[in-house]
Amino acid sequence: MLRDITLGQYYPGDTLIHRLDPRTKLVLTMVYIVALFTAIVYAGYALVFLFLAVSILISRIRLKSILSGLKPLIVIVLITGILNLFYTKGEHLLVHFWRISIYWEGVETAVFMALRIMLLIAGTLLLTYTTSPLQLTDGLESLLNPLKKIHVPVHELAMMMSIALRFIPTLIEETDKIMSAQRARGADFETGGLIAKAKALLPLLIPLFVSAFRRADELATAMESRCYHGGEGRTRMKQLRMARRDWAALAVGVLLLALVILFRRLGI
Amino acid sequence: MSTIIKTEKLVFTYEGAETPTLKGLDLEIEEGSFVAILGHNGSGKSTLAKHLNGILLPTSGRVLVDGMDTAQEENLLAVRHTVGMVFQNPDNQIVANVVEDDVAFGPENLGIPPAEIRRRVDDALTSVQMYEFRNHAPHLLSGGQKQRVAIAGILAMKPRCIVLDEPTAMLDPVGRGEVLDTITRLNRQEGITVILVTHHMEECIGADRLVIMSGGSILMDGSPREIFPRVEEMEAASLGVPDTTRLLYALNRQGCSLPLEAITTEECAQALMRVFGHKE
Ligand SMILES: Nc1ncnc2c1ncn2[C@@H]1O[C@H](COP(=O)(O)OP(=O)(O)OP(=O)(O)O)[C@@H](O)[C@H]1O
Ligand SMILES: [Mg+2]
Repeated sequence: MLRDITLGQYYPGDTLIHRLDPRTKLVLTMVYIVALFTAIVYAGYALVFLFLAVSILISRIRLKSILSGLKPLIVIVLITGILNLFYTKGEHLLVHFWRISIYWEGVETAVFMALRIMLLIAGTLLLTYTTSPLQLTDGLESLLNPLKKIHVPVHELAMMMSIALRFIPTLIEETDKIMSAQRARGADFETGGLIAKAKALLPLLIPLFVSAFRRADELATAMESRCYHGGEGRTRMKQLRMARRDWAALAVGVLLLALVILFRRLGI
Repeated sequence: MSTIIKTEKLVFTYEGAETPTLKGLDLEIEEGSFVAILGHNGSGKSTLAKHLNGILLPTSGRVLVDGMDTAQEENLLAVRHTVGMVFQNPDNQIVANVVEDDVAFGPENLGIPPAEIRRRVDDALTSVQMYEFRNHAPHLLSGGQKQRVAIAGILAMKPRCIVLDEPTAMLDPVGRGEVLDTITRLNRQEGITVILVTHHMEECIGADRLVIMSGGSILMDGSPREIFPRVEEMEAASLGVPDTTRLLYALNRQGCSLPLEAITTEECAQALMRVFGHKE
């Protein structure tokens, strides 16, 4: 059951999107998010949606994978939608009963807010689906490099992130093992209310934490044995290199943002 | 032959412990040799191993790696570059999500140019016969494969000596065989000094030298052929001997006079043939 977790999942491939430099993809994702929050109504949203749809098509990531990544957020999307529906006041009253009135503006805002969240998640999913964790952290480290000047431990943060990603499958496997062991002794993780379930998880978390700390200790020793001494003087086997396609992709991103800003000015 | 590692009156006491774990060890490891270290649980094998590349520093005494004192901070990188270390649990020594990226980790830390790292990674993976798995995710490999990736990660740093602390303890017999073959080949063909800490007598048979530890001191030191025949002493140190020696020893107690030095299966079979083998 724990194996369904899609966090940080990567679908290897060899499409244009996969081959883009991770820095390009990170910047494009940022641009995409900014564009998404700049767009107010139809034309802007349509453009952002088009950008995402084309990217997904090129990446050959199946729609199903994107949808399954969106599923856990359905509740948040619904709540946001409903709140906006009821609380937005406007001029065109649609329904009025008891103390609740729904305006046309409310419907619009609700739909756009829900769309915005879904597009936001879908975009970041596309990034993690098409970029390996190592590339992602390498890209992040390289982009944040200037911050080293103001003593932000960029290398250390990137290393922590990549190790966390490396250990997710190991810890999930271990959780499964501990769960089976405790089930064999009569533990029950499925029935009962939220509180009962949370209580059942406690004896699971303690051995998991103990083992995670032991692992961390051993890993640190192993890393030191392999001459790890921070980012200084460290080289990389896989160099990041910006190709022509990266600049082209960035140009498309700039165009997207410019158009969305223009549409916002025009109010469409 | 030159000495690659030397410990001088090495004493080590863990913080908070009352008695020292290592009680004045004097040990010299020859470059190019295959040394097995054997001892019961808690005899201090891992503690000793961790001194050989400066993870632990002596409470008193010295450890010299290629003449460099491990206690001197400025020697540490060179010491760890000379002596690589492989640990028991392969899961806890793999740092990357892709096999080849993990193998590259050591050379990257040494600041080696990218093209040279690529070459070393490919060579190291070929050497442990894991080249075709270079793009795999380590957590999907078998235990023996993971451990060979860990060994490749050390090899890519081109160390002159590899210390392995019970590298086969978590593996099934197949994985154990793979790892042991790899280690033996590295020693014999590439001349890398190997120090193998183990609980398995069978893994020591191929070693040039066997060091038996007990209670933080060296109990016996010699070739496996010299040590395994001392069955009573080994048992007194709550250690076993290989099945071959045990068989010959049992037969001797029944009145035979067989050579206990016949420690490999092959030699044992020959010794038995000489006594019992009547060709019809
Ligand atoms: N981190 C530590 N802190 C305190 N004492 C320790 C620590 N690690 C080991 N010891 C103690 O030092 C002694 C030797 O331990 P060590 O791990 O070196 O033995 P070992 O020969 O490797 O045993 P094993 O065969 O179980 O691996 C043991 O008595 C152990 O309890
Ligand atoms: Mg040990």
